[in-house]
Amino acid sequence: MKSSAEMISPEALPMAQSSQQAMNKEKTDRYQAGKSASFGRYLWPLLALTLLLLVNLFIDSSFFHLTYQDDRLYGSLIDILNRSAPVALLAIGMSLVIATGGIDLSVGAVMAIVGAVCANLLLIPDISLVTVILAGLIVGLAAGSINGALVSFLGIQPIVATLLLMVAGRGVAQLINQGQIITFQHEGFAAIGVGQFLGLPMPIWIVVGMLLLSQLLLRKTALGLFIEAVGCNAKASRYLGINDKSIKIFAYAIAGLCAALAGMISTADIQGSDANNIGLWLELDAILAVVIGGAALTGGRFSLVLSIIGALIIQTLATTIIVSGLPAKFNLLIKAIVILSVLLLQSEKFRRQLSGLFKLGIFNNAKAGDKK
Amino acid sequence: MMAQRFIPLWITASLLLVMFLIGSAQFEGFASIRVVTNLFRDNAFLLITALGMTLVIISGGIDLSVGSVIALSGVLTSVLITEYHWHPLQAFALVLPLGTLFGAMMGTIIHVYKLQPFIVTLAGMFLARGMATTISEESIAIDHPFYDAIADLSIALPGSGSLDISSLIFILFFIIIATVMHYSRFGTNVYALGGNAQSAELMGVSIAKTTISIYALSSFLATLAGIVFTFYTFSGYALGAVGVELDAIAAVVIGGTLLTGGRGFVLGTVLGVFLMGVIQTYITFDGTLSSWWTKIVIGLLLFFFIVLQKLLNGRKPSHG
Repeated sequence: MKSSAEMISPEALPMAQSSQQAMNKEKTDRYQAGKSASFGRYLWPLLALTLLLLVNLFIDSSFFHLTYQDDRLYGSLIDILNRSAPVALLAIGMSLVIATGGIDLSVGAVMAIVGAVCANLLLIPDISLVTVILAGLIVGLAAGSINGALVSFLGIQPIVATLLLMVAGRGVAQLINQGQIITFQHEGFAAIGVGQFLGLPMPIWIVVGMLLLSQLLLRKTALGLFIEAVGCNAKASRYLGINDKSIKIFAYAIAGLCAALAGMISTADIQGSDANNIGLWLELDAILAVVIGGAALTGGRFSLVLSIIGALIIQTLATTIIVSGLPAKFNLLIKAIVILSVLLLQSEKFRRQLSGLFKLGIFNNAKAGDKK
Repeated sequence: MMAQRFIPLWITASLLLVMFLIGSAQFEGFASIRVVTNLFRDNAFLLITALGMTLVIISGGIDLSVGSVIALSGVLTSVLITEYHWHPLQAFALVLPLGTLFGAMMGTIIHVYKLQPFIVTLAGMFLARGMATTISEESIAIDHPFYDAIADLSIALPGSGSLDISSLIFILFFIIIATVMHYSRFGTNVYALGGNAQSAELMGVSIAKTTISIYALSSFLATLAGIVFTFYTFSGYALGAVGVELDAIAAVVIGGTLLTGGRGFVLGTVLGVFLMGVIQTYITFDGTLSSWWTKIVIGLLLFFFIVLQKLLNGRKPSHG
């Protein structure tokens, strides 16, 4: 830094100043652009969610109805929030991983491993709840760190690096369970999945807690910015002095941690660990949630809130299909169509084609009006 | 250069041989033609799928939809035969072009809208599975004289082994695909696309045509695998063949194909499927080892091959 300052000779100073001004202008422009874009960013996913909820209201007028019974709120909306909790948690971690330009296919398998570890620990008599939860979280963190290390230190493509754990992870979970479905009786642990606090189900609080914590950690420090920088251009951010390897490991570790929480919720929910089925294909739902939230798979900007809205859209869609009385078998088909539409809308070329079509329509109408 | 290109292939082949020898030394009856032909028979649908996946991965893409396409093809075939009383051959004549069209559509979306293959084929995976469950959620048994005839049709080999029609279909397509990849312009284009899409385009490779053809071919092979799967199970099931895409990708990686594209061999993939199959056979023969060890061992194998590829590539800075 010092040497570069000395290098600017007095004659070059005016030029440097003007370029500085230009840079400032560009900066404010970019800031403004970012500002206006961020509004649009929130608009579409929120609009989609609102639309889905309205469709539900149209089908079932008591959809928004909430009742308070036995110190707990009941209603379809609470159900949606509660059921989307595992995917929402995974989506928080996945957002960070995708923001670094990666992807984590292993989160479903990590959920299974954590579920198996917790269920087997709970079989030990008089084990403290804190120990079990801590063990689960540590396993998740470790699994995530392994993924991160493979990606950053060995330079393995994220899809492949996490595919390893996706394939082997379920095997490990079955190994821990010895191929059985391990069930347990533990009120304290079960509360993670079916308990309640201040009238709301526990999973909702866990998501809110994780969201607030991550948001504080990412946006009140430079960490979030670093993650986005690494995702935009890992090499350039390394030249800026960002330790891109540590940032990537951090993102995958958080994804592992989120998977651990989701795994514990799912395990507590059924009071048992089913290594074959817990979290099966949830990694795809989580990736989808992030993509619906408007993040690009190529990395860069992320928004945790938008990813959670994405998770809510997925769950609301599933609920809508049930409420509408359509057979559940249409679930996948409708989901696929929604994904395709969202994907196409994200493509600039498709939007241009669409607006071209739209303009053409208006143009033709105007022409027709002239003739009249 | 030439030798280095073949190193992963040699390693996979040696591992396959070593696994087979270990099995033969430990268990009576492991080293038999029957075990070998059973490898073909049990893995025919995966082998056919993996052929297509190899092409896609060499071109630098990925196809997550193949498992669902297998299920869709199986369900459609069995519904046409059992409910609409079509002749199986008529059903195949409709299903195969439809499957190919499905892949061509994914390829078109990937190319025209510059979307990532991963997410487009993920959507394709949901779409195909969704269509399959919409057609029928139950497993549909196929009871047709043609299927009985196919089941009886096989080339007997010594040692009570026999190559059935599925294995023969695989062998036929293996020869076709391997020839196309190494002796045709299309094959060269696929390698060029995976090596560097930009340079390939500048050299005059039609990116659009190649990309669309690759995904169409992959879906065609997956559809064919779905039909072969109905020969194997005598039924079509919308929730079947889950996770086949992962097995296929694993086989491709174990077979030494670079996931970044540009390098790999169809033969390697076939060896990869056989290696996974031999491990499975070993675990079955052993009887005390549980099936989950298969997953763990395949995970470790994948790790081994990925690190190996890294080391091999590390020597060549131009590819770093």
